[in-house]
Amino acid sequence: MISIRLNGTEEQFPDGSTLAEVVQRITSATQGIAVAVDAQVIRRTEWASTALRPGAQVDVLTAVQGG
Amino acid sequence: MANKLVIGERQFNSRLIMGTGGAPSLEILRKALIASGTEMTTVAMRRVSADTHGSIFDLLKELKIDVLPNTAGCYTAGEAILTAQLAREALETSWIKLEVISNEETLLPDGLETVRAAEKLALDGFTVLAYTNDDPALGKRLQDVGCAAVMPLGAPIGSGLGIRNPHNIELMRSLLTVPMLLDAGIGTASDAALAMELGCDGVLLASAVTRAADPVGMAHAMRLAVESGLLAHNAGRIPKRWRAHASSPQSGLIGTDARESPEF
Repeated sequence: MISIRLNGTEEQFPDGSTLAEVVQRITSATQGIAVAVDAQVIRRTEWASTALRPGAQVDVLTAVQGG
Repeated sequence: MANKLVIGERQFNSRLIMGTGGAPSLEILRKALIASGTEMTTVAMRRVSADTHGSIFDLLKELKIDVLPNTAGCYTAGEAILTAQLAREALETSWIKLEVISNEETLLPDGLETVRAAEKLALDGFTVLAYTNDDPALGKRLQDVGCAAVMPLGAPIGSGLGIRNPHNIELMRSLLTVPMLLDAGIGTASDAALAMELGCDGVLLASAVTRAADPVGMAHAMRLAVESGLLAHNAGRIPKRWRAHASSPQSGLIGTDARESPEF
């Protein structure tokens, strides 16, 4: 298992988990969201092929009312 | 000033950009957006959480209102740039309302960080609408680094204090060539009308509508105020005079020939 910081919370994932699998734990949406790993935006098309290092910081964002 | 607001390559019939923050419910927001006549509205980017619903994005799609993501809550150029990149990925728009604030208490813009972020985002192909202080020199800097629109505040965000320095707004407008929208500080319809009378190309507001006792009624008022302000600006106001200037004819008054007042 590896530890990933997902939207600010420490979570455990199986070794070799991809970014797509990590994102799926927090939301089933694939549209209207964006993902950054260690403050770098990862495009949607690359989620399934992006492996994560232990301790990686993953942020999943969406639009909310504001401004 | 032409009838349409042109920013970058887009044209808008409405010169009112309404924000979505602070609305008591999505249903009231929907009605207020419709009543405002806005064609573009701001959203914020935040982490997905259990109570996050994708409904704001769905609502805007349904109403066919363009989405303008903002970088609200960012304190540095780096944070704002990352937020803009995430918004572009999530919402498939390269338009961004750039907002880099200096502190939580006043929410006043950090001019230096805003210019730094604006320059990088413009180079990266973003259409940048920059929220800024009512500082003509800073506005010029933002224009020079490639902002598509400059958006000075009238007063601090959510304060409802109106336009505290009308002269600076007018001066700033005269020095810039890109569209200038008044952003922040609007409290009621007369503030929005004044912004347009001062020469602003549009108005961006949220709290004045979403936190009004009747958001839908206020949205309608703002729509009319922006339209009225523009019409008044284009029509040309009369010069201000120190003394009265009668509008009725001075000759032909009863009693003037006799040089005496009639008796009653």
